[in-house]
Amino acid sequence: MRHLLSTRDLDLEAAVGILDVAEDMADVATREVKKLPTLRGKTVINLFFEDSTRTRTSFELAAKRLSADLINFSAKGSSVSKGEGLKDTAQTLAAMGADAVVIRHSASGAAQVLAESDWIDASILNAGDGTHEHPTQALLDAFTMRKRLHGNASRGRDLDGLRVTIVGDILHSRVARSNVWLLRTLGAIVTVVAPATLLPSGIDNWPVTIGYDLDAAVDDGPDVVMMLRIQAERMHAAYFPNTREYSREWGLDDDRLRRLRPDTMVMHPGPMVRGLEISAAAADSSRSTVLEQVANGVSIRMAVLYLLLASEGGAL
Amino acid sequence: MNLVITGAALPDGTSTDLFVTAGRFAAQAAVGATVIDGAGLTALPGLVDLHTHLREPGYEQSETVLTGSRAAAAGGFTAVHAMANTSPVADTAGVVEQVHSLGAQHGYVTVRPIGAVTMGLEGERLSEIGAMAGSRAKVTVFSDDGRCVSDALLMRRALEYVKTFGGVIAQHAQEPRLTENAQMNEGALSGELGLAGWPAVAEEAIIARDVLLAQHVGARLHICHVSTAGSVEVVRWAKARGIHITAEATPHHLLLTEELARSYDSKFKVNPPLRRNEDVLALRSALADGTIDIVATDHAPHPLESKECAWDEASFGMVGLESALSVVQLAMVDSGLFAWADVARVLSSAPARIGGLAGYETAFAIGSAANITLYDASASRVFGLGDLRGKGLNTPYLGRTLPGRVIATIHNGYPTVLDGELVDATAVASAASDFEQRTSRA
Repeated sequence: MRHLLSTRDLDLEAAVGILDVAEDMADVATREVKKLPTLRGKTVINLFFEDSTRTRTSFELAAKRLSADLINFSAKGSSVSKGEGLKDTAQTLAAMGADAVVIRHSASGAAQVLAESDWIDASILNAGDGTHEHPTQALLDAFTMRKRLHGNASRGRDLDGLRVTIVGDILHSRVARSNVWLLRTLGAIVTVVAPATLLPSGIDNWPVTIGYDLDAAVDDGPDVVMMLRIQAERMHAAYFPNTREYSREWGLDDDRLRRLRPDTMVMHPGPMVRGLEISAAAADSSRSTVLEQVANGVSIRMAVLYLLLASEGGAL
Repeated sequence: MNLVITGAALPDGTSTDLFVTAGRFAAQAAVGATVIDGAGLTALPGLVDLHTHLREPGYEQSETVLTGSRAAAAGGFTAVHAMANTSPVADTAGVVEQVHSLGAQHGYVTVRPIGAVTMGLEGERLSEIGAMAGSRAKVTVFSDDGRCVSDALLMRRALEYVKTFGGVIAQHAQEPRLTENAQMNEGALSGELGLAGWPAVAEEAIIARDVLLAQHVGARLHICHVSTAGSVEVVRWAKARGIHITAEATPHHLLLTEELARSYDSKFKVNPPLRRNEDVLALRSALADGTIDIVATDHAPHPLESKECAWDEASFGMVGLESALSVVQLAMVDSGLFAWADVARVLSSAPARIGGLAGYETAFAIGSAANITLYDASASRVFGLGDLRGKGLNTPYLGRTLPGRVIATIHNGYPTVLDGELVDATAVASAASDFEQRTSRA
């Protein structure tokens, strides 16, 4: 792998391959010394144009567990200005000898622009670009589903026939997009549920079933319910009347939680707004995979960094 | 300089010799006239652009009247209409007179300033339309282009008020609330790419409103850069009802589609955005059947740094003067929709009529100022940075094979382009001054 920009261009073999390497990486976390020497001498830069403590920390831990040198380059709040920001920063990092750049940016396509530019030669890892994609989040979600289903027998498996319902702000969610493409590739059956205002145009052409009614979706008995965060800035832009109504119609509350099968997974990419899209009981129930997702995130990011940097020019 | 152009094909297909004496078309050659071999070339009337951004005053790092005029001449244009969104905005007689006189002084093309509809393009108070109309620049086209005159009452008043001076409002049709932060055409692709959508309805709703307003107050209306199949339907309906509306399409909307946004390469970011293939085909057939009256470039130069960044952060716009004729040939002539007489209409006589520019009513008429574009339609070139003559390098056609090549451009009887190369600025300026003196004596 040269770059990881989206899940849309991962085929089944590549996707399962990443998940399998992540299984190996997960084993490292169970050892007394949680560290591999694999990426010693490699330089990884966390280039975050948007705040994200969780994702940044997860990549940082992943790089350090593989013995890479990791530098956090926080572009937000610095003098990086509109326009030249991306180019100048990329050329600076190239001059510093970065082997991989983990980029988070508020503009869709920023990671691809960097990868296709001649500004920098490093491997580019998309850690979330605007409302486009967040591929490592989808990979860690798939890893979490596979682990819950198959436990230690996960290696080599896809998610064939798994019924996944994604609920919330699909329109603005890079997590939803990355999940839809990856889950399709892995053979899962995806339903999205949201008010019509929060569904992107052209979603009819996506490989998903569309619904507006969360109650119907819950009673349909899905294997996975993935709740998406409602961001504060949507609340004043006429996407829905107010948070009370949103919560009533599209929140995973205690009643809906009770109606789910005991083994239905409740997922959330975090950070959660308890009481809005998910009740405290749902977030803390045994169905919830929220903390497993965080732990698995480190394994997935180790796997991706490993595949980008340790096996240049060849397969694992 | 007196000229003889031998054997060029006219837009109607016939071949003839053209004689230019003292800046004007003549019935016979002057003694000692310079001969230009026109065999195998097409002679078009000088091209007229109704929609150019020259950026001066205020944004001289993007373009100046001189550099934009040179780009225009290189593309075969002899007149351009300069949009008002400069700094200061062209909303007073002083600014339009400055732009006008810079154009006249450089001489590559006739520069016709467009006046702002509202003060500072703010959409709140009418600008000094009467003063601009009565100025030495004789402004007849008024536009807030870049912004929509979205307030319905203000638009109504503007349409009525401009009528007083025999002018026309050129509307940039974009409902602002429906396009907040919009980045590309709204549809399946914008959903997939995660780029905020610019829905067709935001253009169509304004056009629908404005044609009804124009009808209500009995005014003329021109629609800038029509980009959707739905807009074409509205314009067609309005014309059928006898409403005095004209419309333009840009070369890029006649050729390129939204699929190019898939690269996130911001040289394809433009406003209105590139649309679907269905829209491109609808625009072509509307241009062919006269529903859309003209092609106008919306030449929008930007400095490199405005495009070397992420899509959301990049400026909207493409340069278009140097490539316009080739793109029209590719989209309309080579596809069989247009004869060369149609090209002459949509790129010369019709835009001149809408812009109130005299001398372009009848091509090559004896006694009228000689404006000619000599074009080699059989040429073919891979379009590159070397084909650009303005400051802006933000062309969407880099690396594309485009047909045709401008061999010579004659403005008011003197060449601005010869053998495919721009004539030296000093020589052009001096020829322009000579023509000016002859005309004022006459």
